[in-house]
Amino acid sequence: MSDIELQVSVESLLARYVHAIDDDRLEDWPGFFVDQGIYRIVTAENLERGLPLPVMLAESRAMLRDRVNSLRRANVYEAQRYRHSVTATLIDRIDSARVRATSNFMVVRIMRTGESALFASGRYLDRILLKGDNGQPQFEERVVVLDSRAVDTLLAIPI
Amino acid sequence: MSAILASRTWPKEGLTRVPYWVYQDPGLYEREQERIFRGDAWTFLGLEAEVANPGDYKTTFVGDMPVVLSRDEAGVLHAWENRCAHRGALIALRNQGNAREFACVYHNWTYDLSGTLTGVAFRRGVGGQGGMPADANPASQSPRKLRVESYCGLAFGTLSTRTPPIEAYLGENIAVRIRRVMKEPVKVLGSYSQMFSNNWKLYMDNVKDSYHASLLHLFFTTFRLNRLSQKGGVVVGGDGGNHVSYSMRDTGTAGEEYAREKLRSSNDAFGLEAPGLLEAVDEIGDGITLQILSVFPGFVLQQIFNSLAVRQIIPKGVGRSELVWTCFGYESDDAAMTARRLRQANLVGPAGFISMEDGAATGFVQRGVAGSPDRASFIEMGGDAVASSESRVTETSVRGLWKSWRGHMGI
Repeated sequence: MSDIELQVSVESLLARYVHAIDDDRLEDWPGFFVDQGIYRIVTAENLERGLPLPVMLAESRAMLRDRVNSLRRANVYEAQRYRHSVTATLIDRIDSARVRATSNFMVVRIMRTGESALFASGRYLDRILLKGDNGQPQFEERVVVLDSRAVDTLLAIPI
Repeated sequence: MSAILASRTWPKEGLTRVPYWVYQDPGLYEREQERIFRGDAWTFLGLEAEVANPGDYKTTFVGDMPVVLSRDEAGVLHAWENRCAHRGALIALRNQGNAREFACVYHNWTYDLSGTLTGVAFRRGVGGQGGMPADANPASQSPRKLRVESYCGLAFGTLSTRTPPIEAYLGENIAVRIRRVMKEPVKVLGSYSQMFSNNWKLYMDNVKDSYHASLLHLFFTTFRLNRLSQKGGVVVGGDGGNHVSYSMRDTGTAGEEYAREKLRSSNDAFGLEAPGLLEAVDEIGDGITLQILSVFPGFVLQQIFNSLAVRQIIPKGVGRSELVWTCFGYESDDAAMTARRLRQANLVGPAGFISMEDGAATGFVQRGVAGSPDRASFIEMGGDAVASSESRVTETSVRGLWKSWRGHMGI
């Protein structure tokens, strides 16, 4: 795969991922990961201090599906949507089958009351399998590094 | 004092009613700063493990007042106002660090690790010109030093000489339950904050409200982590402002009362595909799976299975507050135990399966009562008692919060 083909392929994965979340297709979210994929939200402060505490952690597609089930059926939160913007994606090849990607993101949260505000900014640190079990690239690991140590009210929907 | 505050009187029903002006009044907020946070109460400052070594420090707040918690060369803990004696600027500008001394960036006045003013730049002038008069006493405006007392590795501070010693302030029925969690040296796993659009007391109301746990937090109930029918209880301590709510591992048939009342939180069909999230060990060895403990005004100690944390609510104005979470394990934890604690961290914090609703619910109250300062919440679960209870279908510790608050505030 040429560098340009690689860039397009990875950016397509990143774009499809954020559209699924922003369109409230959370049931599609686990499918962006390999079966034993890891999803972890951490703060930049804890990461820099070498402290492992996650804000959210899933260690398999099953745990991602549990998170979606809980959001749909158990957790109580005011109606809200996200709008993601993902930029500045840099890619490093690990081997012929895998790459690392680093991207910036910003998330605007739109509340049912009409309030739109910057909810989160940060980096995606991804390890991507280029040909996953759906024939598309999939995340082996996606670490969401929040720039801020503080979250407004709650973080229900994944980033 | 604001005009609003002056006109308020507490409802005649007593502690079973909490008037909504308590969450809305700027005059009351100022009085809380004076009588509670700068008054006769212990405010949690941090875990000793956060400032483990000589020179370690962290910045925090006692109410609105910025505070430094530091450990000196001899290992002694100090807490002092983060305000330069000169012009009042912040002295320490990082969340945490290690220092030999502190220098205010504004004019380079310096302080030692106990917050004592040690140097005034150009005090004698330069080249015989300028400087302060010989009899000037810049230390007269020094940052205030707090009394610091540590209990089982939890550091508390107070400005008042009248605040009783921490162990007496806690009360033995609370202290014993701190000891069971803080049973050995701890290590910090990380920290984060949640910003709430509500008065700080609404969060403490929520923490002390054992009635809501299985009704608001559906995740809890569905997975039978905490049903009110489980064995457990509520303990009220101190002057009413401290509490413990706990529950034991579920042993009997659960759910009949919930089903009868057709509650939203009784959906037993829901199961976890990856139940490893809830795989827990009884590391304290007494069968208590959940213990939530609070100390007036704003401290919480949490044990939810193997998820251990301290939480500190910091007021940020009448309608804003910050909840600081610091999760920890024990120094003796092996890799498997640390992994378990990190997995169970999914239960708590801003994205917690069983805690995310709290910030939402307290915000709903702040917004809901906006037009009704003279109406009151109705708090009669368990009658009007402020006492320990074997049932958690009670609001006894909520009433205890208000008993303590009214005592401090003279209202």
